[in-house]
Amino acid sequence: MTGNENIIAATAGLKVKGAIRVAHETGLHARPSVKFTKLAKTFSADIEIGPGPDGPWIDAKSIVKVMATKMPKDSLLHLRAEGPDAEAAVEALIDLVRRDFDDGTAT
Amino acid sequence: MSEVCLQGLPASPGILVGNLVTLRPLTDVATRVAGDPLTELGALDRAIGSSIGELVELSARVQGEGADILSFQIAMLEDETLSGPARLGIERGQSADLAWLEALEAQVAEYQSADDEYFRARAGDLVDIKDRVLRHLAGGAETTSVPTGSILAADDLAPSRFLAMDWSSGGAVALTRGSPTSHVAMLARSRGVPMVVGLGQELLRWVGKVGFDGTAAVDGGRGLIVVEPGAERRAELLAQKARDDDAKRAAASYRDKPALTLDGSRIEVLINVADSRELDHLDPVLCDGIGLVRTELMFHGGGPLPDEETQLAVYRRIVAWAQGRPVTFRTLDAGGDKPIPGLTIDGESNPFLGLRGLRLSLMHPAVFETQLRALCRAAVLGPTKIMLPMISVPAELEAARSHLDHAIADLQTAGKDHARPPLGIMVEVPSVALTPERFAAEFFSIGSNDLTQYVLAAARDLDSVAAIASAADPSVLRLICEVATHGRKTSRQVSLCGDAASDVTLVPALLQAGLLVLSVAPSAVGRVKAAIAATRLGTSNDDR
Repeated sequence: MTGNENIIAATAGLKVKGAIRVAHETGLHARPSVKFTKLAKTFSADIEIGPGPDGPWIDAKSIVKVMATKMPKDSLLHLRAEGPDAEAAVEALIDLVRRDFDDGTAT
Repeated sequence: MSEVCLQGLPASPGILVGNLVTLRPLTDVATRVAGDPLTELGALDRAIGSSIGELVELSARVQGEGADILSFQIAMLEDETLSGPARLGIERGQSADLAWLEALEAQVAEYQSADDEYFRARAGDLVDIKDRVLRHLAGGAETTSVPTGSILAADDLAPSRFLAMDWSSGGAVALTRGSPTSHVAMLARSRGVPMVVGLGQELLRWVGKVGFDGTAAVDGGRGLIVVEPGAERRAELLAQKARDDDAKRAAASYRDKPALTLDGSRIEVLINVADSRELDHLDPVLCDGIGLVRTELMFHGGGPLPDEETQLAVYRRIVAWAQGRPVTFRTLDAGGDKPIPGLTIDGESNPFLGLRGLRLSLMHPAVFETQLRALCRAAVLGPTKIMLPMISVPAELEAARSHLDHAIADLQTAGKDHARPPLGIMVEVPSVALTPERFAAEFFSIGSNDLTQYVLAAARDLDSVAAIASAADPSVLRLICEVATHGRKTSRQVSLCGDAASDVTLVPALLQAGLLVLSVAPSAVGRVKAAIAATRLGTSNDDR
């Protein structure tokens, strides 16, 4: 499964935007944000998240900042990334949210 | 001095009578004399590094939830954003500890002001992080010993401090502040350490008071602390504890094994689930499947109704948890005593006899089919069943079936993976219980709470008629027996998923009425299986 249907715009794979609903029961909280930022750090692209399509944007690799967004359950998480692996980064992060951060399932 | 009761909030059940002690408070003040910024930055980095090292070491010794909490704290400490404001303070001439204290207190205040209770509870983790680094800046070692069997009284308790303590030989926690949803409360529950929170400052005033004999009793399940408990109170609490321990031991020995009656009949024990979070700390081995997933919770946010993908994510998680055991999802059961803004009708003169359950879903076909599509997609992952609530006449089942046909046709057109789950009904209305043969359902599940209220005409939410509304009434048991007999004759599963199944005093009567499948609260599985093991079905069952 890829995150293609959630990718809003991609410019030659360098600048990519996407959005996904956070279904996790407690939102983007402690355990999910640890997983989210760890995964983000595996990409070289600059990755940012925001509560709306126009931001405000914050660094997706900083758990302190990600937690501070206090993104609750059912909120729409917007992502944007820029760099050579931007598309792969956005797809992977969207997929992580879609898999509900692998919480409660066999991991 | 006579005993004094302090009422707080229950955070972790259990009873303990012991000495009330306090932890020496950590230094929460900055005492360093500021050196030059480079020295102070170096001191801060070393303190953060030592703190991370300590947490990594601690996390190697704990598992599960404890390890998750520690890895969250480690990730926060590793993120330079956390210490950014402190570094600025140091560059402006502050000492490392003062700069860190101010920076972290601002973060703690930010978390404490959150609307979401979950985020508010994370303030405890920030305090934990703050104190640990401060302690390293002060060069102090961790004081972690709590005398065995004593009750630790404090304003709050950091999760990492809780984890660093040895609770294996008993102990309890009483906090003046705190929340039952905090990390430390979750840890206490998983370790079986009794805990009461939100007791207020009076608790700490007792410790060290002149003439105080130092003893207290904790009843975590009731959120109660009794200071200087009298002989009678001690005896009563210890007797209660002995009974709880016996019941727990008996239940634990049955919990993860298949349920068998005294004469060897296999009874399936399923669980009822309202919130997928309940499953996080349960091993599916305890049950034969999920007999009832209440899907209402997702619809109660007050915001927009959950879309197909949102529902699918939750359903998938539940089916995956069950690891191949069957999962029965009940479609939205709103109305009656469960209003949902924008969906249910306000001001009905008698909501229990009005538009509720499936009646409401049939009024909102788009909402209904969204749910059916999500369920059919989740069904790809494992055995999934769909159960319809509040059926009165066969036409309702047939209408629901055509919506299911429609949902499946839509999924086919869209090319989405799906499967067709068996369609069954709840037996809550006497019309169904009296003539189940009229309903072409693939399975039946008796909702004993509603069936009882409709048979006895006694509302389930009225205390004044509670004595009448008993599922043990012979009229209700007779109907249960009729449905079970119909199921046996037609090879359709009949289960019971109401509160009656979790009531161990009713279990023998339900089994003797012919039920072979009970769906109960997860916390009741052990005791229900113990009650099944003590029940003899007799031979009459095969004769009917």
